[in-house]
Amino acid sequence: MMLALLQAAAEASPAAHPLAGTVAEYVWMLPLLPLLGFVINGLLSIVPAYHAGPEDVSHDPEAGHTDMAHEEAYEAEATTFHRRWNALSSVVGPLVVGIAFVLAAAIFLAMRAAGPSLETAGAFVRTYGSWMPAGELRINWGLQLDQLSMLMTLIITGVGTLIHLFSIGYMRTDPGYSRYFAYLNLFVCFMLVLVLGGSYPVLFVGWEGVGLCSYLLIGFWFSDESNANAGKKAFIVNRVGDFGFLVAMFLLWANLGTLDYAGVDAAATRLVANGALVTAICLFLFLGCAGKSAQLPLYIWLPDAMAGPTPVSALIHAATMVTAGVYLIARSGALFALAPFASLLVALTGALTALFAATIGLKQWDIKKVLAYSTVSQLGYMFVAAGVGAYSAAVFHLATHAFFKALLFLGAGSVIYALHEAYHHTHREEDAQDMRNMGGLRRHMPVTWALMWAATLAIAGVPVFSGFFSKDQILGAVYGAARHSAIGELRLLGIPGSAILYGIYVLGLVTALITAIYMTRMMLYTFHGANRTGEGERPHLHEAPWIMTGPLAVLGVLTVFGGWLNLPAVLHALGPEALLDRWLAPVVARASATLAGGEVAHLSHATEYALIGAAVAVSVLGIGFAVVRYRGPLLAKREAEAAETGLGAAVRQAYYVDRGIGRYLVEPTIALSRKVLWRGLDVGLIDGVIVNGSAALMRGVAWAGARIQTGNVGNYAWIVAVGALVVIGAVAFR
Amino acid sequence: MRDVLAALRLDAWVLPALMVWPLLGALLIFMFGRTARPGAAPGFAPWRDVRVLTMIVLIGEALMSVGLWAIFDPGVTGWQARIDLPWIPEWGAGLTLGVDGISLVMVLLTTLLMPLAVLASWDNVRSKVRSYYGLLLILMSGTLGVFLALDLLLFYVCWELVLIPMYFMIGISGGRERARASHKYFLAAFIGSLLMLVSIIALWVAGGSQSFNLDALLIATRGAIGQTAQTWLFLGFFTAFAVKSAFFPFHTWLPDAQHEAPTSGAVALGIKVGTYGILRFALPFFPAAALDPTLRLTIIGLAVAGIIYGALVAMVQPDFKKLVSYASVSHLGFVVLGIFALTVQSIQGAMMVMIGHGVSIGALFLLVGMLQDRSGTGMIQRFGGIARVAPLFAASLTVVALSTIGLPGTNGFVGEFLVLIGAYGAYPIPAVLATTGVILAAVYLLWALQRVIFNPRTADEAGDVRDLDRRELVAMVGFVVAILWLGIAPGPVLRRIEGPAQRIVEQVTRGAETAAAAPPTAALP
Repeated sequence: MMLALLQAAAEASPAAHPLAGTVAEYVWMLPLLPLLGFVINGLLSIVPAYHAGPEDVSHDPEAGHTDMAHEEAYEAEATTFHRRWNALSSVVGPLVVGIAFVLAAAIFLAMRAAGPSLETAGAFVRTYGSWMPAGELRINWGLQLDQLSMLMTLIITGVGTLIHLFSIGYMRTDPGYSRYFAYLNLFVCFMLVLVLGGSYPVLFVGWEGVGLCSYLLIGFWFSDESNANAGKKAFIVNRVGDFGFLVAMFLLWANLGTLDYAGVDAAATRLVANGALVTAICLFLFLGCAGKSAQLPLYIWLPDAMAGPTPVSALIHAATMVTAGVYLIARSGALFALAPFASLLVALTGALTALFAATIGLKQWDIKKVLAYSTVSQLGYMFVAAGVGAYSAAVFHLATHAFFKALLFLGAGSVIYALHEAYHHTHREEDAQDMRNMGGLRRHMPVTWALMWAATLAIAGVPVFSGFFSKDQILGAVYGAARHSAIGELRLLGIPGSAILYGIYVLGLVTALITAIYMTRMMLYTFHGANRTGEGERPHLHEAPWIMTGPLAVLGVLTVFGGWLNLPAVLHALGPEALLDRWLAPVVARASATLAGGEVAHLSHATEYALIGAAVAVSVLGIGFAVVRYRGPLLAKREAEAAETGLGAAVRQAYYVDRGIGRYLVEPTIALSRKVLWRGLDVGLIDGVIVNGSAALMRGVAWAGARIQTGNVGNYAWIVAVGALVVIGAVAFR
Repeated sequence: MRDVLAALRLDAWVLPALMVWPLLGALLIFMFGRTARPGAAPGFAPWRDVRVLTMIVLIGEALMSVGLWAIFDPGVTGWQARIDLPWIPEWGAGLTLGVDGISLVMVLLTTLLMPLAVLASWDNVRSKVRSYYGLLLILMSGTLGVFLALDLLLFYVCWELVLIPMYFMIGISGGRERARASHKYFLAAFIGSLLMLVSIIALWVAGGSQSFNLDALLIATRGAIGQTAQTWLFLGFFTAFAVKSAFFPFHTWLPDAQHEAPTSGAVALGIKVGTYGILRFALPFFPAAALDPTLRLTIIGLAVAGIIYGALVAMVQPDFKKLVSYASVSHLGFVVLGIFALTVQSIQGAMMVMIGHGVSIGALFLLVGMLQDRSGTGMIQRFGGIARVAPLFAASLTVVALSTIGLPGTNGFVGEFLVLIGAYGAYPIPAVLATTGVILAAVYLLWALQRVIFNPRTADEAGDVRDLDRRELVAMVGFVVAILWLGIAPGPVLRRIEGPAQRIVEQVTRGAETAAAAPPTAALP
């Protein structure tokens, strides 16, 4: 029946779209509002920085530089301006995103009002002009609104608004205040282009645009070399993924002749199911996803990305940008449905990433690093879901993760803020992110403590918290797919797909256990036990201002009740079931069904209860283990770490992956380029032997020129000019 | 607007005016121009400052070319604003000028880029200022002639008018190593033009020694040259063009020349007359050679190698100017790949890369030149953290670098995307290899960007450069507008080059068929 519905959708003419003439016509304003914020905040940050030098500095070479007071003067002036105009940035920055959220909500209501007619109408597409007209290739600036992009838009603008508000407090004293909001606004703009774009190239604009903003914000405090390094690394690793995305687009254009979603969905039926072509397209797309969403082996940039301001980590490196890969796969469901082999690899990569990152999270001391590895791990879950075709489960976990991980990051931000202020008071140079400097913060910041526990329970999968429902749905979907699906019938290296899927299910459970352990460890080290910040600092530890705790509280509510978005059927006593599944069905149901091999497997209630029981048991076990393990003085000896060997040391060093890439990839490439290509081939062979050799041959020819050059060279210019004029002029007018 | 221009009969005089006006300007400069010297009493009227005179001439050029854009009809195939004056009737050579979409956009690129370049490097030239700017204007005339000439002999004259002034600009006003650089440049230029002259004369003979006119020769030589002869003549043209545009492995003169040339000269070297020549002459005249599978694959292989090689070598350059030169070598690989993939998209993309290359690499040279003028060094490691003291400079450098990297929304993306997506259909594996260039570009430019504008600030004069002054700011705003405009709405440009690109593809594919039918003995007389 679903198939029939979707076919009807494809045939419906755009003019008769139920959203035509409604507030949805203003969809173009969604990305433009934050763009406007970017322009205003950008001007606010750059106009005071402008110092027109003296008009003709060259006339006095000493005036231009060697004035070391220059920077101080600049900073003093910038600060004055800063105080005067900060308020404007504080209003403009969050306001544009807030208005975008209100508009998105209005469009959402219009979509709700359109009712069932929307389910059959397909996406609402609007074209605003031509971008790249080239022969038969016609790429337009087009936006597309459907249930999936609507949901993403609500998350981006909603969580985005909260994080903008939080930033007012967090970045209050930063000299780059307006610049910060400019970048953050620009990020929201590109993120909305990413989810609202109507074709792969337009999506790619947002895709690389958010990468740019991520680069700028990771390196926001660029005077520290490690921050600048981290930003650059993020961009370059993302580019490796983008290479895959580009090749996927070339394949699509060369074989399907279109790059619009609508066109690709329609033309996908021409592809051979499970053929080499569609598998290649999907795997290249997935390479892009692995870069953006930090999956193995391209996850390496995300932990370093924590160098940016903490609200950035919350918005970009947890709630929105890094989930773009999941969105892309859900968006390309029509392709992935035809490529069960690629889908299996997606799920397997996700499961391995989830476990791999979770184990690293066990041994980190930097509170943000724990959360970063946790994000990598949770993204792995989403790819597991996307891989087995449970697209709505993937998007559900994307949503709940956006709530609880944003809350965790912002909570960590408010902890870091408190420690930073305290150390600032006593002028001590200590690491405000190191959990060994925390402990016992519960007494000083009870609101943050309570909210972060809620988020921890959610990520650990404790019942009724949002993460429980979404993680449970993913594990259930994997289990169901292992029982019966198109993927389960494949063989990979001789192993049956269903066996691999059962393996993925087990990996998921193990990861859930480890997640519960490392998150509890983090909470215990941060908030419980005795305080280790320092005697002098302790009186200065206090809760963040309301502008920061307010957004935390809102996220707390979402973290606790987010599960109600998509209650499983077996828990229908709690409220309306499967709201999200039903909302997304027009977009993803067909692809999910194809991958499932006809119809999504329905597990019996007994099985579902068993699965839920296993998940709950694992999370309780993990929390209990951590409580027992990390009880007591809770003070790790730094010296003990140095003595660590074997696996312990390897885990703490994130399995030496970064060091290995540096030693075996980056350094050899640089050495090759410098010694062989540049000094050897360029300077040595081409220039030294060939060019200079020819030069020797030419010396005879150049003899005359050499004689002329001993004379006045200026005269020669005259000769050229007059000669050219004579040749052209005289002959032309004869 | 169009009515006014029509009343002025712009189409009847704009092309020769574009060429003659800078020559007159050069004459004016040699006669009346004075050099403003630091500290010296301004004993002359400001308008006599050679730079002011140069700007007046260049702005005139820009206005005329904008007028040309306005009267150009994108719907018409074939030449527009055509002018045909007798020149040397005995040889069949005429002063024939005309534009199609491809030459139109190259003319606009040249006439809009050069005033911005002069403006942004106002104080860069320190020695022999008058002869430098005079020569620059002659070079301008030659460059426009190359794009406008529809007569092969005229084309050759203009080609020399590009080469010779540049040789002296480097040799007279260049940096410390100017002698070496200008000799290398001369060598490259000399070999190139010699080979081309031979090939032009051979073509003229093959066409019956009647005419140097492009269209007439195309018709006269169709089917008259056999495969072997085509290959040799093609190689003559191609080598000339490849050397001039610094195509790998003929590129080693470029980093030296651009390093030693004054900044605006380095920018002028970024206007790729060579690749234009390939599109206009090498492909249509020798379709059988261009479609020869071995030859074509060799050239495409070199293009891809150049993309990767240029990027890797750029990555390890300690000198910022040389880094930009090697980046330019890398970009040129995209142009040649696009041209020889021979699809409409890839040729349109190649044109966009050529335009974008002029804009982005040009702006990079100007910014690096500013750094060097302010601090006395171009070594990357000497800099650091200057975003703190020169935020506008840093913002400009960031935008320009991002366009060079090919970020969507900038000109760089449109060109590279169209080249690659067009080339993929014809040559999938080279296209995929070339796509790795997008990763490498991010590596070499972001690394340099970090070491120059980010990181801790260095304590000497290289860490305390002055921000953009008003003149430089105006120029940089111009560049940023161009970068975004060409990145977001390249439609007007793409539509104007679509027809010519289509025509070139047809000329080559159809021409190859007729050539195949030619008797194998019909070689050179």
